[in-house]
Amino acid sequence: MQLNHTITLIVNGQQYMRSVEPRLLLSDFLRHQLGLTGTHVGCEHGVCGACTVVLDNEAVRSCLLFAVQANGREVATVEGLSSGLHPEQLHPLQIGFWEAHGLQCGYCTPGILMTLVPFLRENPNPTATEIRDLLSGNICRCTGYQKIVEAVQSGAKLIQEGSS
Amino acid sequence: MKPASFAYFAPHIVEEALALLAEHGGDAKPLAGGQSLVPTMNFRLAQPAALVDLNGIDELFYIREDKNGLRFGAMTRQRTVERSPLAQRHTPLLYEAMPHIAHAQIRNRGTIGGSLAHADPAAELPALAIALDARMRVRSATGSRWIAARDFYVGLFATDMRPDELLVEVAFPDLPPRTGWAFDEVARQHGNYALCGAAATVTLADDGAVERMRLIFLSVGEGPVEAAQAQTLLTGEQPTPMAIRAAAETAAAQDIDPVGDIHAGPAFRRHLAQVLAARVLTRAARKG
Ligand SMILES: Cc1cc2nc3c(=O)[nH]c(=O)nc-3n(C[C@H](O)[C@H](O)[C@H](O)COP(=O)(O)OP(=O)(O)OC[C@H]3O[C@@H](n4cnc5c(N)ncnc54)[C@H](O)[C@@H]3O)c2cc1C
Ligand code: FES
Ligand code: FES
Repeated sequence: MQLNHTITLIVNGQQYMRSVEPRLLLSDFLRHQLGLTGTHVGCEHGVCGACTVVLDNEAVRSCLLFAVQANGREVATVEGLSSGLHPEQLHPLQIGFWEAHGLQCGYCTPGILMTLVPFLRENPNPTATEIRDLLSGNICRCTGYQKIVEAVQSGAKLIQEGSS
Repeated sequence: MKPASFAYFAPHIVEEALALLAEHGGDAKPLAGGQSLVPTMNFRLAQPAALVDLNGIDELFYIREDKNGLRFGAMTRQRTVERSPLAQRHTPLLYEAMPHIAHAQIRNRGTIGGSLAHADPAAELPALAIALDARMRVRSATGSRWIAARDFYVGLFATDMRPDELLVEVAFPDLPPRTGWAFDEVARQHGNYALCGAAATVTLADDGAVERMRLIFLSVGEGPVEAAQAQTLLTGEQPTPMAIRAAAETAAAQDIDPVGDIHAGPAFRRHLAQVLAARVLTRAARKG
């Protein structure tokens, strides 16, 4: 076993200090050490997108990062999107997914939402083609994607209405 | 699965990284974007005893103009290249091909140096580097040297670098005047590794004939494959549809020797190579 490293990082606005083995993946750190199980793990080789989180404003695979690499950085996970568990406290994008039936089992949803959050900041009004292109890195075995595209469009609209 | 344990180092300057690589011999691996290395570690196909993380070395992240073209620090993220107006102006072929590499989330971490060093035969960047006459600068604790992209690749996932050497910079020269370029590939799904891809640059003489051309394939050999016979055939000729077709047929029949895998058989790969070669040569010649 290798020496543990002490890391300090911010997750969803809260600071954490933990001791980790270098080989601990960020996905496992979030799930097992912090109990943030909203970040899902599907493949552990970067293909499925379920584990996508936001690292310093960019969507990345948490299964392809070691937790030590997040030292001093800021991570956002799906748990940070809503302010509470009531429907009215959901993030507008989550409302979009709810209303347009953008999920069935929901396994892929956290990774899709965390991919979209930084993307919609850059491109608040994406076309269906741009959405499909962006989500090419997220596998969904339930919905057939059509509803996801519609959900993103209605979520994007809600975000714009909220900020105007 | 989970990776085997390793010692982790996070140097802040290149010299420190080079000293660590020298000290650990072949047991340490540089960690760039991790988008190829970490999956292989997760599946224990790679079990390096130590990782030298390059992500904290600020001096390796840059895109710089010089009088010959552009220089990229090895740690420049693929996503940065994709968004760079400098890259669009100086290396339009590279710029155009970037979105073909994996998915946005992967390109947010994946680096130009990591992909070039990884030498995956299905990767776009090694083929583009050869098509564009790029040069790699590698450093070790004892010195530094330049390697031309076409000499850099020596086999399946193999480069001319020693284990104690680090790729620190790639230089892409500007295209010569009257030079057109094109890239295309076929993948089962956008973002997947291509079943076959082709990059071309074509320089035309004053009379419209092909003065010089480069046709490089990916995913049809142990590394990027230069279509040498097709290049000879078309050089000096007018790039008519017939001449381009003959060059594409030669490339697919004689310049490559693809093997089959679960994604595509050799015959299908040859077919794709011929179609893609004709497409990229036509587009490149039109722009030249
Ligand atoms: C789902 C998925 C799809 C992908 N699809 C594609 C695709 O279509 N096309 C494509 O080209 N790639 C694809 N990739 C790979 C991706 O582009 C990687 O980013 C790239 O291959 C490696 O770059 P990296 O910076 O992540 O390097 P790493 O994974 O960190 O390193 C790769 C290897 O290079 C070595 N290395 C890294 N940097 C240096 C250096 N400076 N000097 C010496 N050695 C170094 C490492 O030790 C390691 O052996 C895909 C990856 C995933 C996960
Ligand atoms: S679990 Fe990370 S991409 Fe599949
Ligand atoms: S909703 Fe089930 S995988 Fe997407």
